Amino acid sequence: MPAESTEIRIRAGGLGLTLVLSEISVLFRRLRTWAMIGALALIPILIAVVVRVSSDESASGRGPAFLNSITQNGLFVSLTALTVAIPLFLPLTIGVVAGDTIAGEANLGTLRYLLVAPAGRIRLLLVKYAGAALFCFVATLTVVVTGAIIGALLFPIGPVTLLSGDTVGIPGYFVRLLLLALYVTVSLMGLSAIGLFISTLTTIPVGAMAATAALAAVSQILGALPQLEWLHPWLFTNYWLGFGDLLRQPIVWNSFADNALLQFGYIAVFGTLAYGRFSTKDILS
Amino acid sequence: MTASARATRTPSAGPRVSAGPQVSAGEFAIETRGLTKVFGRQKAVDGVDLAVPRGSVFGFLGPNGSGKTTTIRMLLGLASASSGDIRLLDGDMPNDARAVLPQVGALVEGPAIYPFLSGRANLQRFDAADRHTSPATRDKRVDAALERVGLSHAARKRAHAYSLGMKQRLGIANALLAPRDLLILDEPTNGLDPQGTREVRNLIRSLSDDGTTVFVSSHLLAEVEQMCTMIAIMSAGRLVAQGTLDELRAEGTAHVRVTTPDHADAHRVLTGLGLTPERHGRDDVLTAELSVPGLQPETVNAALVHADVRVRGFEASGASLEDRFVALTGEGFDVAG
Repeated sequence: MPAESTEIRIRAGGLGLTLVLSEISVLFRRLRTWAMIGALALIPILIAVVVRVSSDESASGRGPAFLNSITQNGLFVSLTALTVAIPLFLPLTIGVVAGDTIAGEANLGTLRYLLVAPAGRIRLLLVKYAGAALFCFVATLTVVVTGAIIGALLFPIGPVTLLSGDTVGIPGYFVRLLLLALYVTVSLMGLSAIGLFISTLTTIPVGAMAATAALAAVSQILGALPQLEWLHPWLFTNYWLGFGDLLRQPIVWNSFADNALLQFGYIAVFGTLAYGRFSTKDILS
Repeated sequence: MTASARATRTPSAGPRVSAGPQVSAGEFAIETRGLTKVFGRQKAVDGVDLAVPRGSVFGFLGPNGSGKTTTIRMLLGLASASSGDIRLLDGDMPNDARAVLPQVGALVEGPAIYPFLSGRANLQRFDAADRHTSPATRDKRVDAALERVGLSHAARKRAHAYSLGMKQRLGIANALLAPRDLLILDEPTNGLDPQGTREVRNLIRSLSDDGTTVFVSSHLLAEVEQMCTMIAIMSAGRLVAQGTLDELRAEGTAHVRVTTPDHADAHRVLTGLGLTPERHGRDDVLTAELSVPGLQPETVNAALVHADVRVRGFEASGASLEDRFVALTGEGFDVAG
């Protein structure tokens, strides 16, 4: 090889971080991504504004968890918004991103050029999953941070009384919120893995997106049926709303650990399925 | 049809190639043996033995649906072969894909773009996918590739605003992001205007001058004839011919064309020689394939004169590659199913 090409070709080590960076930049250069983040940000804003303008106390005791605490302490907007977003809106946006991972590239035809580059099939799967996981975190954080800001703007804020009855200061509360965002992110990792797998099955991204979001709904419906009690510990949605333990003093890590283990199981199973499918798939798109 | 029956006699034992004198035997950039791809019950590619000498500009010719793109997908490891072996540069595909593919630039079944990214960002994305290319020189290489295909002025434009020809140029630029030993270009002039087609031809020529092997697929004979030193012809999944342009021309049959007012007499003389003359357009022109082995045009001319046929014009022409192509692949617009 001529001397000048030493500048062009390098010895590649590890994963090759540049593709991860490229993936993130492509993800966040899409208008669609920002539209979803904007919609997620609207949830806490909507909740806070509605609670602020309606001084009607008759609704007290109803509505989503933490709703009634908002008027006393604006910091609860984040919690309320997360509770509202977890069952439907977050899985929907994750479904869009995770379902698009491989099928979206196949649909554009760019998949063949990534593979010919060569990106490597396993590497591409890992990078795509990393991108989806990052989106989970950003999406969750968006709800939490927007909630904190709008809560502080519209309501009094102050030390927060936790579920255990203890009171933490505002900095301590933000640490809890960050942990909460982490908890919800982990909660969505299993769904992301399912989305990644479905995405390897088709070249029609909308189909993979819909299927992923629909599975989240199905799992929650099954989780709501007491007759299927035996199945519940195996549903990836089982711990989705179990973040209350993080709001105790001291923090109870049990549900975090159980959730992480369950999600890891889903990542292992669906990651393997995705690999099995994608590593031998004929790319004809 | 005798011509096509003769044409399908591609030997199954090894590729039939007479490489140019500068190429030593065994020095192939692409070599396949018995390459086959079955979709369901249909053989899309059927026992293809390709042999593309290094340094050649190799035309891969065939009508739509003849299996060219499927072959290319297998060469690049995008699709797996049902059976057969592929050697690409110095490695086996798909096992050595990680080592081989960085040396290969490809345009497969048209360009593909991220419509929401600029042309430049598109190329940066594809370059980032290859972990063997240096991020430090990425911007420079991307700009050089854009310059080379004449897209510099539109580099910052979002790619969804690109015309078909501009997308095609972007696809070619993608193949040129790093110096390559082999370029595989599937229908590179699709969607280009005549000017763009000429630019691509010149580009391929200059890349070839730099020592890059260029493998160009096309369904247009004229295009391949202008660019390539060697060609292979696909028809209905099978490789029906392979060799240099001259070799393929020589395999065709020559024609004689007689202009005479005595066309009835001429017809009789030609038929007597074993030929099957046809009258064309104007009444006084007869053409015939020199289908009798050993029969020379001058013998035909002497026979005509001997029979007192008044010959106004006599022309002997070698086989045109187009006749050869049609003979090998069949005529008509039907896409091979």
